[in-house]
Amino acid sequence: MARAAIRGRLTWQVAEVVDRIDETPRVRSLVLECPAWIGHLPGQHVDVRLTAEDGYQTERSYSIGTPADGRRVTISVERIDDGEVSPYLVDELRVGDRLELRGPIGGYFVWSPGDGGPLLLAGGGSGIVPLMAMLRARVTAGSEVAVRLLMSARSIDEVIYRDELAAISHDQPGVAIVQTLTRAQPAGWTGYGRRVDREMLADVAWPASEEPRCYACGPTGFVEAVASALVDLGHQPQKIRTERFGPTGG
Amino acid sequence: MTSDTHVDGNALGGLLMEVFGREMTDALGCCVSCGAVNEVGALFVYRSGPGDVVRCPGCTSVLLVATPGPDRPRVYFSSLRWLQPSS
Amino acid sequence: MGFISRGFRGRRQVDAPEGRIPPGQYVTPDFPVLSAGPTPDVGLDAWRFEITGQVDAPRAWTWQELQALPAEDVTVDIHCVTKWTKLDTSWRGVSVDTLLEDVPTAAEFVTAHAYGGYTTNLPLEDLTGGKAWIAYLFDGAPLEPEHGGPARLLVPHLYFWKSAKWVRGFELRDEDKPGFWEGYGYHNYGDPWREQRYAGD
Repeated sequence: MARAAIRGRLTWQVAEVVDRIDETPRVRSLVLECPAWIGHLPGQHVDVRLTAEDGYQTERSYSIGTPADGRRVTISVERIDDGEVSPYLVDELRVGDRLELRGPIGGYFVWSPGDGGPLLLAGGGSGIVPLMAMLRARVTAGSEVAVRLLMSARSIDEVIYRDELAAISHDQPGVAIVQTLTRAQPAGWTGYGRRVDREMLADVAWPASEEPRCYACGPTGFVEAVASALVDLGHQPQKIRTERFGPTGG
Repeated sequence: MTSDTHVDGNALGGLLMEVFGREMTDALGCCVSCGAVNEVGALFVYRSGPGDVVRCPGCTSVLLVATPGPDRPRVYFSSLRWLQPSS
Repeated sequence: MGFISRGFRGRRQVDAPEGRIPPGQYVTPDFPVLSAGPTPDVGLDAWRFEITGQVDAPRAWTWQELQALPAEDVTVDIHCVTKWTKLDTSWRGVSVDTLLEDVPTAAEFVTAHAYGGYTTNLPLEDLTGGKAWIAYLFDGAPLEPEHGGPARLLVPHLYFWKSAKWVRGFELRDEDKPGFWEGYGYHNYGDPWREQRYAGD
């Protein structure tokens, strides 16, 4: 039984793009119908493989932004200027096109409502994607796990899932969402206006005594800043899970 | 301070699943050099071109090296003392 | 042929000049930052380049001494074993011939050592005769740490893993000793024109 499940996760399957959602000027979500999908946990990712006509191949990993939903898997891709893969996924792929992928992959950077909390989520830029799967799962399950989400973006236009986050913040008493905009803030902005630092985490994060499960995802610099600040504030390193996107997006 | 350009062990999730036949990012691994025990997902992965160099977060010893190989991927064991999959 | 991604080409340059691209390589305008470990933090005061091993007496140069040596501007193509070729890269550095001028040796092999522990091995004759440099400028500017600065080995006629970043010295040897990638399945010599990527190629 388990062997078949692994085979299912390792076998490259051809998914169909059934919808594209413009999240921000640089980020587009691709809703994929995967014929052989076996389900997934919030935080897991897919490996995507692109093959050119001359046989050239390249692979990238993308976090799944939605909790399990039958054969539907949604990834959100940020266009990296001069990237090799992201401009293709964001600008070229159309509804009806097909995409080769395998998954779900991951057992470390995952969270389900049954794992409990409290939960601290920190997302930088498109690092919010796997955290959104966790947050959406929490809401869908009607879980009462307390969540604090800190998200960082360059400007208000670049906040992914902006409306949905506002709705969750409004509707879910156990979920607190704090945003920091690092380059430009709109008039009347009441959130933070700088890169994450120890002081911000001290204000926003659960105290170490609450022993929250912490997940930090995004560019390496962001993740390092969050993780080291949390350790400084007394959180156990084993309770801090990180997913760095690395210096080269592409 | 040195700038550091590593990602986390979960970046090798697909490759490790291929090699070991099960999810490995939540497995525990022990470093020969310093004895630190970490989840594979927490190890430092340097995507180096010829291969991915997996290092101990504590002492930066090379634990594993994954190469694409001419035909199929291969994982070399260096300073990894033991691996223990999750339940 | 299996699945093809409609409309995908990547960033490869199609109209590459004849005869300059080794077999199996693609041309890229990029210069990705790829390292096997953390970027070493080497202060110029502490920096040394040393020649040790099968020599009468070890030699060492400080940063100032290296800068005082005659240097050359070279423009070369570089070939990574991961199939990327970058054309016309500009460097400034000291030819290895200059460093070995007054260093008599019968050694046939060299292990290049780098700050941070990386090593690679080459025949001595592949480092001499105008084939290799200790490079410290790239595109006219000081070599950045991420790309191997303050100084790296530059041996463009071999796959680029042989051009050790953060080079700190040569150990001259009678016997060949595989370096880092050579110990992980990569070819001991690494000639891109004979596509010597993996051991056994």
